[in-house]
Amino acid sequence: MNDTGGMGDDVQLLTLDVNGTSYEVITPPRRTLVDVLRHDLRLTGTHVGCEHGICGACTVLVDGLPVRACLMFAAQAEGARISTVESLADPGSGELDDLQRAFTENHGLQCGFCTPGFLMLAQGFLAERPEATKEEIREVVAANLCRCTGYQTIVEAIDACATARRAQRAAGTEETSCN
Amino acid sequence: MKPAPFRYHRARDVEDATALLAELGDEAKVIAGGQSLVAMMNFRLARPAHLVDIGGLRELDHLGTDAGGGLRIGALTTHHTVETAPPQQLGAGFDIIRAAMAWIGHLPIRTRGTAGGSMAHGDATAEWCLLAVLLDAELVARSPRGQRRVPAREFFFGYYTTALDPDEILVEIVFPHPAPHAALTEFAERRGDFAVVSAAVSLEAEGRAVHGGRVALGGVAAMPVRVPEAEAVLAAGGSFRDCAEAAAAAVDPPGDANGSPHYRKHLIRTLVERACEEAMSR
Repeated sequence: MNDTGGMGDDVQLLTLDVNGTSYEVITPPRRTLVDVLRHDLRLTGTHVGCEHGICGACTVLVDGLPVRACLMFAAQAEGARISTVESLADPGSGELDDLQRAFTENHGLQCGFCTPGFLMLAQGFLAERPEATKEEIREVVAANLCRCTGYQTIVEAIDACATARRAQRAAGTEETSCN
Repeated sequence: MKPAPFRYHRARDVEDATALLAELGDEAKVIAGGQSLVAMMNFRLARPAHLVDIGGLRELDHLGTDAGGGLRIGALTTHHTVETAPPQQLGAGFDIIRAAMAWIGHLPIRTRGTAGGSMAHGDATAEWCLLAVLLDAELVARSPRGQRRVPAREFFFGYYTTALDPDEILVEIVFPHPAPHAALTEFAERRGDFAVVSAAVSLEAEGRAVHGGRVALGGVAAMPVRVPEAEAVLAAGGSFRDCAEAAAAAVDPPGDANGSPHYRKHLIRTLVERACEEAMSR
């Protein structure tokens, strides 16, 4: 009756907050967060690669911080705010956000398989470190694997986004102080 | 791959967690951040029949100094929390601990992985285990029988083996003494990998004059080890180079795909000297 993914074991009811929407899923405890996102919630923007925490393709935000969704059981995510790559673009128009546009403009992707992971890694990192230097960005993206770009363009995309956000904030502050 | 089936139990508090462990016995594993355990379960290197999730026990997530100037770290404190803690929260003389966090995996690992989880997992090259051995940490464990404090030197038994009983969980780690001139460094094939060799030192110094210190190594035995021969060189006023030579001569490191014993000795010479210099620059 319930879709247990052919696992045939005990199931549990979970309530998960994903991208601001509350979902109820009935799923076996051994389902990792990335599998529940993809199979139960059909949010297939998050990709799954190595399933042991090496590649970072499955990176999502949990309470604002980047985590490996393959190294976490969905049950552990109950009560937390989960954000996936689907949260970035405008839900109405589908227009990409500034970080996604920066990846496009700087050729920060080729095949695109790793891109959702890099986007969420950068999103979480920049939220915490808006002043991040290029060197710090380079260190952080070592967390995820990309076999196409050679990383240079990914670093440039994240740096360009961070620089633009800083400029925007400075302009905003100036405006406020003028008023 | 996908993990084998298990039953999931969410602990309400520490008492509930230890009672569950006592009831479920050897078939149960504790999960905190899960950054080692879930990978092992996905590979089916670990197949616990029950998982007891202590991740929600906020009372184990704390970080602060005690009256004696020591540092108390709740078992569920993440590496990332330690790395980003304001200086006054970490207290004076514990820069080595904050700086060591950058060596643990990558940011998305550090946001989930916990100090207590790393200690309880007991990897021979883990940074937390090396820090505990170097700085004489005390590990506070609780079971239905009560609470006890285990000194780090009696906590690690060998590869992934600790003094924790099956119904015991680690609740707190205490670093009793500040270590103002201390540093940890390591070498891995890729940034974020487990170290091939790691070295940590804590020097006793007045001004630029070193009159003693501790030296500990990871990746050279089944658990982190202190190296008395290298510490004797520091106590006698020897150079950092001589201290590093003594450390390399004193240990008998294993050979594997990550490095031969000869190569590991070479790393020890380089890393111990580097750690001493970094420690003095603090």
